[in-house]
Amino acid sequence: MITATPPVQTKKSYLNQTQGLKSWLLTYDHKRIGILYLIGVTFFFALGGMFAVLIRTELATPAGDLVESNTYNKLFTMHGIIMVFLFLIPSIPAVMGNFLIPLMIGAKDVAFPRLNLLSWYIYMIGGCFVLTVLFMGGVDTGWTFYTPFSSSYSNGYVVATGLGIFIAGFSSILTGLNFIVTIHRMRAPGLTWFRLPLFVWAHYATSVIQVLGTPVIAVTLFLLLLERGLHIGFFDPAYGGDPVLFQHMFWFYSHPAVYIMILPSMGVVTEIITTFSSKKPFGYTFIAFSSVAIAVFGFIVWGHHLFVSGQSAYAGMVFSILSYVVAIPSAIKVFNWTATMYKGAVRLTTPMLYALGFIGLFTIGGLTGLFLASLGMDVHLTDTYFVIAHFHYVMVGGAIMGFLGGIHYWWPKIFGKMYNENWSKISAIIVFIGFNLTFFPQFILGYMGMPRRYHAYPPEFQVLNVLSSAGASILGIGYLIPFCYLLWSLKHGPDAPPNPWGATTLEWQTTSPPPTENFEVTPVITQEAYTYSPEEVVHVG
Amino acid sequence: MASHTADPQIEAAHTTLQHHFEDSEQQKDASTVGMWLFLCTEVMFFGGLFLAYFVYRQWYPSAFAAASNNTNLIIGATNTTVLICSSLTMALAVRAAAMGKKNLIVLFLILTLLLGGTFLGVKAYEYHDKWVRHEVPGHNFNCTDEAGKPCTDAGHTPLFFALYFGMTGLHATHMIVGVGIILFLIAQARKGAYSPEWHTPVELFGLYWHFVDIVWIFLFPLLYLIDRSAAPK
Repeated sequence: MITATPPVQTKKSYLNQTQGLKSWLLTYDHKRIGILYLIGVTFFFALGGMFAVLIRTELATPAGDLVESNTYNKLFTMHGIIMVFLFLIPSIPAVMGNFLIPLMIGAKDVAFPRLNLLSWYIYMIGGCFVLTVLFMGGVDTGWTFYTPFSSSYSNGYVVATGLGIFIAGFSSILTGLNFIVTIHRMRAPGLTWFRLPLFVWAHYATSVIQVLGTPVIAVTLFLLLLERGLHIGFFDPAYGGDPVLFQHMFWFYSHPAVYIMILPSMGVVTEIITTFSSKKPFGYTFIAFSSVAIAVFGFIVWGHHLFVSGQSAYAGMVFSILSYVVAIPSAIKVFNWTATMYKGAVRLTTPMLYALGFIGLFTIGGLTGLFLASLGMDVHLTDTYFVIAHFHYVMVGGAIMGFLGGIHYWWPKIFGKMYNENWSKISAIIVFIGFNLTFFPQFILGYMGMPRRYHAYPPEFQVLNVLSSAGASILGIGYLIPFCYLLWSLKHGPDAPPNPWGATTLEWQTTSPPPTENFEVTPVITQEAYTYSPEEVVHVG
Repeated sequence: MASHTADPQIEAAHTTLQHHFEDSEQQKDASTVGMWLFLCTEVMFFGGLFLAYFVYRQWYPSAFAAASNNTNLIIGATNTTVLICSSLTMALAVRAAAMGKKNLIVLFLILTLLLGGTFLGVKAYEYHDKWVRHEVPGHNFNCTDEAGKPCTDAGHTPLFFALYFGMTGLHATHMIVGVGIILFLIAQARKGAYSPEWHTPVELFGLYWHFVDIVWIFLFPLLYLIDRSAAPK
């Protein structure tokens, strides 16, 4: 619903208020920092994607003919480390969260703007460590760094990589801390918790995980680095240390980290589905609290990664049951999105295509997670391609679909330009087809017993692997097309109106792109975030 | 805002409200919430080490008892006293800031600095002592009791000392960062940057300093006291 009195379009925006590289690199503006992050994560996404290309090329044939097994180990390790720590974790929170949370809550900026800029530099320094490792010859431990291989036997640059992730982790902590304080203390007058957009709720839950989980991976890596560097043995069986303790500590963060990736994406999808159904989200409080529930339950399920690592059968049973519990808030979300669309005026725009894709793919990813949460099934499926397919359905089918959907949804707001509707719809469909072709065969491969992390495989697996590699090339094209038309739109796209989609949340009430101070007058909120009847529209500025 | 003076420093002290906050109360609230959240992350950060300590202590009680018997109780107790005193002087510095007594802020911050420095100095001596006695895990490691005989369950004692150095080392790192910040605060306080209306940095640093103190209050019994007498002589 466009406001009755659209704000006057002024030429001055955060993009052109000040000029020059220095004004960007030293900016405290949350919107510019969001764009700095966008550049960073896009670079690392492309880099991580190149490793995926190499992996899928190697796996097109059964023989290990493109790269040696050692090289292959480094390929999947670098792919995992870059994608998880340098792309997925910061992707939606640091880009869209940074840009949108202050706008959505009617604030001028996040609570700690300098800390916000610092977090970007910390992220880039962490990224530089990983790049340095890449040029020196890589690391081969897998992104999980399991001891004692990582501490005693690996020939890769474990210390430099670990330091890079340790450093990048603090950027994640600072972002989360900033968001929590911002959401608590910076809301505009009248903006109560239950008037917040659900995107903000999702980011609040995410930030809690970032703040409470990330320090644990930091200390885990700290111990690993001490052990590898000084041979003082926290996890070394030679002194009675326990490698399984490392796994517990690693997954205490790294399982909740999956929710750092998916929760913001769920927030994006909620906004998109609400807007393009022109209907209040079904069950606002359920969606809000299911985000919080996922964050809380996420902290008590890590043991399902250790079913075959020698943890006690009793612990395995408890972790198995708790893991099933996560299905409840996840299912609440899926049902509520579906119910929101029911009898809504659904418009199949590009962001909506990504959101619909998200629902389907996340549902498959989530349901196959239940297979892995059951003790007996998991023994059969551990370390097979079934696991690979499962978490790619959640992380790529979920998190990246949400990322792309969000980018398409807020692109007019962020840059003030419209992109080509036909190209963007075509590429959304290509991504969906390419994704399924890449990863669905991997479920079957895993069920048939093909193990992960090998560069060669028996010939009977070839058909499905060729399908997967073919799908990956389609997916790659699907990712390249948006890159082209989005960049093209920056220069040649038509100017975007303040509220091109008829959305109701606060960020659409200011100009596109917004002015540096976000709103000319601090908005006063008198209604819920999603009010689709004309007399209830919030008037701003 | 009482900015009716020509002194640019005093002027700066009074215009501390950043542009994106509505008023100084909101600004102070935000900083305080931020600091408490940061301390939560610190709890989780140290938590990993405490977890490892509890697991291994449970598994190898006799090795841990024997190894903790080798820590220097007098040094540990001295440092505990020093650190508690520094928490007192820090609290007094915050109170002086709230009352706007510039000279007292500087005095108490310097006292805190001296006590913190003493702690670190004693710690350095203690580390050196551990090195001389071959109690640093690594190739040179050899845990022996007073009579020179190998410790009970000596094979597992490196775990205790690895944790000892990991925990106290991380704690000392926090102390060193704290000392750096105190130096900054002293310089600012001397310039008259803090007033009864605005002294948030002093107050929030006080929270940090007390947190680091509390960590030591846990480390001292865990590493020096528990099961000390249970070690076979």
